[in-house]
Order: sequence, then structure tokens, then C-alpha cells
Amino acid sequence: MAKKFIHPYIPNSVPEVQQEMLQEIGVENIDEFFKCIPDEQKVQGKLDLPDPLLSEAALKRHVEGILARNQPAGNMINFLGGGCWDHHVPAVCDEIAARSEFLTAYAGEPYEDHGRFQALFEYASMMAELLDVEVVNIPTYDGSQAAAPALSMACRITGRTEVLVAVSTAPDRLSVIKSYLYPDIKVNLFDYDSDTGLADLDDLSARLSDQTAAVYFENPAYLGYFETRGRKISALAHEQGALSVVWTDPASLGVLNPPRAYGADLTCGEIQPLGIHMFMGGGRAGFIGAPDDERYIKEYPSRLFGIAPTTHREWGFGDAAWERTSFASRETSKEFVGTASALWGITAGVYLALMGPEGMRELGENCIKRTRYALNKMAGLPGVKAPAIGTHFFKEFVVNFDGCGKTVAHINAELLSRGIMGGQDLSQVYPDMGQSALYSLTEKRSREDIDCLVNELEKILSA
Amino acid sequence: MFRLGLIINPVAGMGGPLGLKGTDGEEILELVLKKGALPQAPSRAAHVLKALSQEKDKICLLTCPGPMGADTASQCSMPFETIPLEINQKTLPEDTRRAAKMLQESSVDLLLFVGGDGTARDIGAAVGERQLCLGVPAGVKMHSSVFALSPHHAAEIALGLIKGRRPQPRLAEIMDIDEEAFRADQLRARLFGYLPVPGSQRGLQVLKAGSSASEKAKQQAIAAFFVEEMDPNRFYLIGPGTTTRAILQALGQIGTLLGVDALQDGKIMGKDINENDCLAFLDQAGFEQATIVVTPIGGQGFILGRGNQQLSAEVVRRVSKKQILVVATPDKLQLLRGSPFRLDTGDPELDRQLCGIYRVLTGYRESAYYRAEL
Amino acid sequence: MRAKTKIRDFHQARWNEPIIFDLSTPGERGILLPEIEPEVEASAGGALDELPGDLKRSNPPGLPEMAQMRVLKHYLRLSQENLGADLNVDIGQGTCTMKYSPKINEQFAASPQLSGLHPAQNEDTVQGTLEIMYQLEQFLKAISGMDRFSLQPGGGSHAILAIVSMIRAWVDDRGLSDTKDEIITTIFSHPSNCAVARTKGFKVINIYPDPKTGRPDLEAFKEAVSERTAALLITNPEDTGIYNENIKEFTDLVHAHGGLCSYDQANANGIMGITRAANAKFDFCFFNIHKTFSSPHGCGGPGCGGVGVKEHLIPYLPVPLTSFDEANNRYYLDYDVPKTIGKIKDYYGVIPAIIRAYAWIRSLGAEGLLEAARVAVLNNNYILNRIRAMKGAEAPYAEGEHRIEQVRYSFQPLKEETGCGFDEVQRRICDFMCHLWSSHEPFVVPEPFTIEPTESYSREEIDEYLAALEKIIEEAYTNPDVLKTAPHNSSIHHIAEHEYLDDPKLWAVTWRMYNNRFEGYFEPKKEQQ
Repeated sequence: MAKKFIHPYIPNSVPEVQQEMLQEIGVENIDEFFKCIPDEQKVQGKLDLPDPLLSEAALKRHVEGILARNQPAGNMINFLGGGCWDHHVPAVCDEIAARSEFLTAYAGEPYEDHGRFQALFEYASMMAELLDVEVVNIPTYDGSQAAAPALSMACRITGRTEVLVAVSTAPDRLSVIKSYLYPDIKVNLFDYDSDTGLADLDDLSARLSDQTAAVYFENPAYLGYFETRGRKISALAHEQGALSVVWTDPASLGVLNPPRAYGADLTCGEIQPLGIHMFMGGGRAGFIGAPDDERYIKEYPSRLFGIAPTTHREWGFGDAAWERTSFASRETSKEFVGTASALWGITAGVYLALMGPEGMRELGENCIKRTRYALNKMAGLPGVKAPAIGTHFFKEFVVNFDGCGKTVAHINAELLSRGIMGGQDLSQVYPDMGQSALYSLTEKRSREDIDCLVNELEKILSA
Repeated sequence: MFRLGLIINPVAGMGGPLGLKGTDGEEILELVLKKGALPQAPSRAAHVLKALSQEKDKICLLTCPGPMGADTASQCSMPFETIPLEINQKTLPEDTRRAAKMLQESSVDLLLFVGGDGTARDIGAAVGERQLCLGVPAGVKMHSSVFALSPHHAAEIALGLIKGRRPQPRLAEIMDIDEEAFRADQLRARLFGYLPVPGSQRGLQVLKAGSSASEKAKQQAIAAFFVEEMDPNRFYLIGPGTTTRAILQALGQIGTLLGVDALQDGKIMGKDINENDCLAFLDQAGFEQATIVVTPIGGQGFILGRGNQQLSAEVVRRVSKKQILVVATPDKLQLLRGSPFRLDTGDPELDRQLCGIYRVLTGYRESAYYRAEL
Repeated sequence: MRAKTKIRDFHQARWNEPIIFDLSTPGERGILLPEIEPEVEASAGGALDELPGDLKRSNPPGLPEMAQMRVLKHYLRLSQENLGADLNVDIGQGTCTMKYSPKINEQFAASPQLSGLHPAQNEDTVQGTLEIMYQLEQFLKAISGMDRFSLQPGGGSHAILAIVSMIRAWVDDRGLSDTKDEIITTIFSHPSNCAVARTKGFKVINIYPDPKTGRPDLEAFKEAVSERTAALLITNPEDTGIYNENIKEFTDLVHAHGGLCSYDQANANGIMGITRAANAKFDFCFFNIHKTFSSPHGCGGPGCGGVGVKEHLIPYLPVPLTSFDEANNRYYLDYDVPKTIGKIKDYYGVIPAIIRAYAWIRSLGAEGLLEAARVAVLNNNYILNRIRAMKGAEAPYAEGEHRIEQVRYSFQPLKEETGCGFDEVQRRICDFMCHLWSSHEPFVVPEPFTIEPTESYSREEIDEYLAALEKIIEEAYTNPDVLKTAPHNSSIHHIAEHEYLDDPKLWAVTWRMYNNRFEGYFEPKKEQQ
């Protein structure tokens, strides 16, 4: 071997140090530690990996070279949403999320990691205020991984094994729910009105029975509109002893009633809008909110941090109600607890503290008004149907281009060349809706942005 | 105020140093005293009381006169009341029983007793399963699992209760051996009953350890799995223990805690049956149609021969190893700290044949395969 | 002989920060939002008031109102009351000690070229990210010998969920649902293996270790395997750091009975470049990408799991996969997975962790990965040698043998001799800037603790940790009260009353719940008249 490999990430590569350590242990060389592995299981030769980029400068040049091939929506006039939204991320959120102390911690004890316990307790506490509930968990992997376990919780609470899910549920989330609940829990769908997007209450009533553990719907719905009859849906569920489980967008709750106000027993959702970058869908975390009821708390599949006194009258914290993670006496399934998305919980806490009640109100107002403004403007374009479904909207709506004789793919390619990310193409996932796109507007989309979009659309559609 | 009862068996453990293996029985005691043995229990009791004295403002200590408590308590700067008990000069088992009864009637929150297996038996006989107790180990024979690991641990558990912790009580086995046989170097242990003791105290490490559902819930989970797998045509001999009793409870049957019950098609066919009954049932059912269900007894991992002697060598010999099913909660298995199950049917050759791997039901749809060795 | 290691006189930051709600001043603002332009207001001003029925919120949420610097200070102070791996000696976090997460990789992860991407962007505009995902998959294939990977899971447990979902689909697909209903695992494999198998409708069989060798009991395993065996889920080395050299006998036996074998590679750090999942004939494996390939743990996530399969199981992988179209020199998201279990997570995976892992492997190459494994194992055996000599501690099983990357130790002797066990040592070691994690199940090893040094720590730091451990053990014998009342130099003191976390009448998991139950400092709230 030419030069001994001494990498800055591996301090004890220094041969003299290794020699001293080996001497103290009393073995000749490192190979002896691997004698327990039979030869036929050993790797022959070197792993087939590219040569290392040893200098930091070379690595930086290489990786940034690859990243340069990306064209981030965040740098453009972006109208993509549909579950991952281009909200503004406050600088303080980035600052705290990048702090070494939080970033590189893992499972420290309530003493040396007091900070993360308090920060996550506060996150849960602020979410509880936003959702008007008493209990919120430490974040799950993502919003879908909050919706599916919430339904599973509902089954354990009610002792039933069937759930009714709105057909208007986000398609990817529905896929996660089905995959997660299979095979013990049966997932049935209930229909909606394809004009208003609202739940078909007759269909729901017909499908509800004393076997139903939960009725699940999303508000605002995946396609942007509000379900205005939440109270009625919850009431129908309750009549049959089922729980009402509602998905919501926390960014909407500065101006909108939290689902509990219209009868939700469990509220779930995604906190990406609360100060977390889009990361191509890689920055996600989910929440489940519930009332202060032991039956609910004991069925939580994720961690809960409780507050406790110390011997010196400080605020202390620890895992609360840990027993619940075992459902030993039940015939239904156990769930598991592992690494999830704590850092994003801390970040969302920072976001809520910065926003306060007034900031959250302004955020909601921004989304609703900008969306209505865009809707009004786009509705005026020839051949464009906007909205294609629904009546009242939060921060996105469906636009149908069938009357223009152009595909969404074509329109979006044209928009892209003008620095605009057009709305999400729905034509593959919702073939019944024809050439439709989901346009999303956050507080970042100024009047100028929207006018620019409409102007460019006008040109593209008339070309 | 926390009402703490204390009984010291002053003669407990005296035989140990003399190689006498216990002091149960009056003649033995005479012998011990004549040989000049020194009491072990009072110093162990003092150790506990000294540790508890840091919380003495919160404790109302009730104890027995003279060597059964008061003598020691008065040396430990701990205020106490003495119950009006007349005791024999040589403190006999009946003194322990009467003392336990009186303390129970004075509604103590915890009855602390200092002694060995014999003492535990006396306490159990007097208060049954209705008084929270904790043993401070001071005897020669320590087969029961009602004892704390050491006086130090006993004090720690008691302090937890005094400070307001209320762990779920757990029924712990009272085991004792035939003293006569024991002195002749033969070990024959028997299950004499159960005493409620404070459940395990949760330290921070357990906080994160995952499942800690109550022992009872875990036993019910095992029972549910057993019932699901149960073959209505099979014949089951259900051994003693709380885990096996949960099976019968799940079937709505009332079994015996200390005895062997015969079960078929979800119904008890014979209750608290002896060795001969077992043999008769086996003959009637056909050996291949029978399964023996046991749980490890006494924390030492014995699955046969200790506490379930009704399932004698003669009985066990009629079935194959595969027809012996073990039930045990994961906690109980883990308490063995990796040691194998043990066998003591009284027939060394049979024990040898029974060594090997056993199927163990450990939860609902959860099982383990576990080794038994000599 | 080198100079005796000095023990640091340490005190952690102690800010006594109030709960954030107590920092609120009505009217203060932390950040402002864009104003609604007059044109927007004119056209859409009524949108909010027109909302029907129950939709509009009547009472504003009870969030704190704080100026920006107050928010920043509060969280910076809390961060200082947290000892991340960048600051402490974290080797006591055995089973999941985090290795060094290079700062250059943080720059990549935080780059707007990555953070600003939307998942629904045209694939042509995200070629950089897709290339990184595709290439990382190729690296993992080389390291494991498997044929295809999904990077979708959010962590190790989630990867197990993906694998067991595939096992479920594979069993059902072959019409064996009624006959193949058992999953075998070992008691020293991660508890999630058992829990997840149950969620997917399997019965679980646990194999205990051989009392002497610490390896999963092969005889017991032989009894357990049958035609009912759907799969084996196993870790190797297990959390004891003992390599099971019979592993191929296990996998062969399961295969002979028509079952599948899944390798939990959470402990891969000591065997990278030395042995591979495919060499022991596994059908599935998974890596904790954040742990083994260096991504910071963020106080408990986001992590990232990579699930690998052999050829015959590719059709079951979650969608989408990342593929490369050679003709057009273009990476794309591949939904053509005929028997896919569907999606297990939103979108495509934890992208920031994926890029860090890519950069980490690129910075080391094959030689560097091998050196990382070798040094991690050297460090571990150096520690083992020292702890074996410590009074009060022991390393159960495999007496005298070397271990791979970590060891499960026991403080049982210390507990018996001094009354101080794991709990006390754990609290006391905070006073020395070190961390000792409460090991998880099983408690077959009493008073357990697990040390895993990884390759990231220098001998000096390891010595410092061991010196702290030695000092604490000495204290346990001479002055146990110091341990019992610990910590003394941490951000807070002992939480002695666990009923506040266990008792439904006392627990409070949010500030709202606390205020419903208590007032002041844990004074029970007086009943309202």
C-alpha cells in the first residue's frame, strides 16, 4: 500500500496511535478482530465505489456541480403546491434548525438534552393552541404517517377494524394509509360531489355502520376547497359510535376553525408549511392532536413529552405515558416508535413563536385573498375553467384547460421557459378531470407574480 | 402519614452460619441457640430503618414488642408504636402470624418483614393476598420472590412508596422447601402461595424501554394466544401459577392457583388434582392427546419439579418433550438473565432426557424457543 | 505509559428558561407578512368574510406574542442546554452513536439548489437530485451486494415496516397467507422488528441468545423454523457486538423452508467493506443511512432508511424508484413496479439526508469506508479491554472474545455492591460532558449500557470518557450520594418523581394541560367554584 489512509473524519487512523491501542488490547493487528467472520462471507477485494474526493474543495466542486443541474421552484414564480408548499421560511427558523446543538443531538437524557425536551414540549403546546386540543405528539415521519396511525388509533379506541375515508383524500396519502393499515384494517371510501367537491352525505350515511371505527376527511381538501359540512360529517360518525378524524393544514388555522370546533376527535396533518423548506418533498413531519382523555393518550403510537418537577424546582421533562406504546392485551396490532422528525418539530415551534396569533391570522388572510385574486383573474381567461371544482378555497384551486385545446404539460413547459412554475399537472392522477392543474398560492405570491402568470398564460393559450 | 408495619423474625438466618440451613421447628431452634448462633435479622432491619429515617416525618411505624421490632427500632432514632402483642420467649411462627394479622388490622400501607422463606410462609398464611408486603432478606432459605434483592433495595422500594409512588402490586411466589429433606442435602421446593409486593420501580432507563404494560395484561395476552391455538380435542394439564391461571380465567373457568387443573374443550375436568389423578387423566385421554402447560416458578427458572410436584416424574414420563408447553411473560424470561430453564423431576435420568428446547408462549401471537438444562 | 487523562471541570449552560408562553407580551411581533396589495384587496377582499358556516375561527389561537430577538434568544438558550454530538462525547449512545457529520455536507443540504425544489417539478428540472439519489443507490448496492434500493423510509423502523410490508405482499401474492404466518426474530434484534411484524398480521417467534456464546441459539432456531416461517428478521452483529458466524446456516434453513431473510443492518458500521448482506444470502437488508453514512440526527429525526432487495423482490418495492434512461441520458422517477406495496411515505425520501450520505461516501471511497469500519472496531475493542477491567461493570457473553462495533455491558455488580446502577451512573455522567443512553429491550442483560465509539472519536476523547466512567464507579463505592442526587452540573437537576410522567391524573404533555391541572409550580389547581 502506498500511503496510509488518514482521513480528517477518522482520527485514529494515525498508525502510531493504532499501534499503541493494539498493544494495550494485546493483539497484533486489526484483522484479528474480524477473524470471527468466515472467509466465504468476506468481501473479496475492494468495494466497487468511485475514487474518493479527498479534499474538501474537490468534494464541494463535485457536489455543487451536480446540484447546479437543479432549477429550484423556490427561485421562480412558483405555483406548485398540493401537499408541499412554498411558504416563506423565516431566517430564525433556519438559524435554529442549523444549530449544532440541536442538529447533531440524538437521544440525550432529560438532563444534558434539556433543551430539546423543552423545545419539543413547547412545540406540542403551541400546536395544541393552534388545534384547540390538549394533546399533540412529538412529530411523526410525515403527515401521511400521522393520518394512517391516527386511523389505527381510532380502531383501537373503538375496538373496530374498518375505516371510511373520503375519496377526495390526497392520492399519495391514500396510498400510504392503505399500505399502512393493511392487512388488519379495512379501508373503504365514501364519495363526493364532483362539482362542489363536498362529501356525499347520503353515500357516507349508507356506508356508515356500527362496524366503522372512523370517518376521515381532509379540510382544506387536497384540491384546495373547503369541506363546509364538517359538523354534519362528524355528527354522522358519532351517531354510529365512530370517531371523526380530520386532516388539516396548520397554516390555515390563524383564520379557520380547527377541526375540533366541528366535531373532530382526532386532528392530523403536516407541519412542512410551518417554517420547513420544501427539499423536493424531503422536509416533512406529521402531527396528531387529541383531547385530554386517557383512552386517547394511551393509544398514541408516537412519543409524548411530559413536564415534571426536579429536586431544585426547575422545569423538567421526560417521556410521558410510555406504557401506551405496548398494546399487549389487545388482539389488534402494536405500533413502533423510532427515529422520526424531531428537528422539524423544533423548527415549527420557532415558526409559531415568531408568527404569534397575529402572524398566523395574516398568513391565512394572505393565502385566502391571493388565491381568490388569482382565481378571479384566471377565470377571465378564454377557454379556462376556474375553479374546476369547489366553491371556497384556502391556498389552491383546480384550473381546467380543456377549453383551450392545450395540454397542461405544454402550458407548463412554456411557463417554465418564462421563469414560472405552473400548477401541478393533474391529468395523470385524475384523468376524469381532463387537462387540469392545481394552482397553489402562498403569501409569497405577490400581485405582480399573479399578474405576470395571467399575462403569460394569455399569450400561451392564444398562441 | 405512611403507615409502615415491621416484623422482625429475630431467629431467621441463625442456622446458616452453622450449616443448619434454616431454623424452622422448635428443636432446631434450641440447637441453634445452644450452639451460640448470633441473630442476623436485627442488623438487617436496622439497615433498612436507618435508610428510612431520612423521611421519618412522613412515617408512622408500627412494630412488635422486643426482639420482633421494638428493640431494633429504638436504636434507630425512629419514632414508633408497639402493637399489644404477647410474644413467646423464643418467638415462634405463631407470633409472626399473629403480628401480621394485627398489623393488617391496623391498616398498614406496607408490611415489611425481615426473615426468610419460613417467615414469608407465616406472613402469607396470616394475611393472604390482601396486604401489600415486602420481604427483607435475612433467612437461610431464600427461594421466594417476595424478597427485595438486599436490605438496601428494600429501603429504596419502601422510600418510593413513602414518597407517594404507587406501582401496581405484583403477586410474588412464596416458596419453601421441605426443611428436613433440605438438611439431608435434598432440595424439594414447594409453592405455598402468593403475597402482593410492590411492582418494579421504574427508573429512567425503563422509561425508554418500550413495553411495560402491566404483568396482568401480558398474562392475559398469553392466555388469548393459548385459547386461539387451543385444540378442543386435546387434554391439558394446567400447572400452578398466575400465568397459567390467566388461561383458565380467559376461558371463564375458575382454576386453582397452587394446584394442577385438567382442561378439555375449554372446561375444567378436574380441579387441584394430585399425581394419581394426573396419571388417570392421561390414561383416559391417551398420552399423545395431552399437553402439559407450565410456567417457570420462583424466579430460578424451574419448569418442572419445584412448586408443581403433582406433575411428577411418573406423569411427565408419559408425554414427549414436545407436549410440554411453557407460558411466561417476557419479563419473567428476561429475569432469568440468560440462564436456561431448570428441571428437577426427582429422576435425574428423566431430567437429562428433558433437556433441550421448549416452545414458550410469551404474548399474543408471540412466542419464544428457550433452552432447558440441568 | 501516557499521562493520566485529566477529568474536565465541566458545567453545562443553565439558563432556567421560562416556558415560552410566559415570555409573551401582547402586541409584540416576531415577523411580518406581506401586506395585501390594494388591487388584491379590491378584487378578493371579501374572500375571508364570505366563508360559510363553521369555517371561520372566532378566537385567535393562544400562541405567544414575542419580538424576534426574544424568540431567537429563547431558542438559542435552549440549544445551549442541549449537548449535541458536535459538543459532547457521545459514544455512550450505543446501538446508534452518531458519527461526525461533516459541515461541508451541511452546506450541501442547506443549499437553495436543494431546499427550494418542489416534489412535483418537471423531472428535467431536478436532474441533479435524481442523479444523487441514483448514485447513492449504486453505492449501497456495492456495499451490500443487493440488486435494488428504495431510499423512501424515514428511518430504521420505517425501513422495517417497508420490508415486512413486502414480505406480507410476497406471501399473499403466492396464496400462502394461511400457511406462512410466522416471523422469526432474535431477542437482541431491534424491538421494532417484532412490533412491525405484528402490525402486518404475523405471529412472532423470538430466539434467545445462547447463554455462553451470546449468539442466537441455533438449536432453538432449528426448532422454530418450519413451513410456517414467512421470514427471518435478524441483526448481525446484534447489539452485543457479537458477530454470528453461523448466519448462513440460519438463512439457508429459512430458504429451505421457503421463507425470506431480512438483514437489519443498523449495526453495519463495523463491517462496511468486510462482509455484505448478499454474501450471507439475505433477500432484504436495510441501512440506517443517517447513522452509518453520516447525517446528523436532529434530536430524533429526520433520519433516512435505505431498503435493499435481491432481484426476485424488486417488483414489491415501494414506488417510485429512481432509474436512469441511458438513451436520453436522463434520470427519472420510476413508477413501473408491478407488485409494489405502494407508497410508504410522502414523496421520495429525506432528501437532505440522502445528499449528505452521498457526499460522505464520495469523500471516503472504498478504502475510506473500510478504514472507518476497521477503526470503529479498533476503538470498540480498546474500550472493551478497559471496561472489562473496571470494578462494578461487566460484559456478559462471549468471555474473552473480541467484539465488532459495540458492546452491551452491565452495571449489575455495581448495583449489587453499591446500590447505584445504570440510572445513577447515567445521571452522573452528564456532569462530565458525556452521555450514557438507556439501552432498550431486552433486559436479559440487567442494568445495561451500550458503548459504541464509531470511527469518529479520537483516542483522547475515548480516554476522557473512560476516565469519567472510572471516577463515577469509584464514587459509587465511596460516596454513592453524589450519584444518587446527580446531576449536579447539568442544565437541570434530578427528576425524581416519575408519577408526573406515569399517572394519568398528573401527566401534562402540553402547557395547556399543565394549566388545567396545576398552578404555580406543580401545585394542584384548586377546584373552580
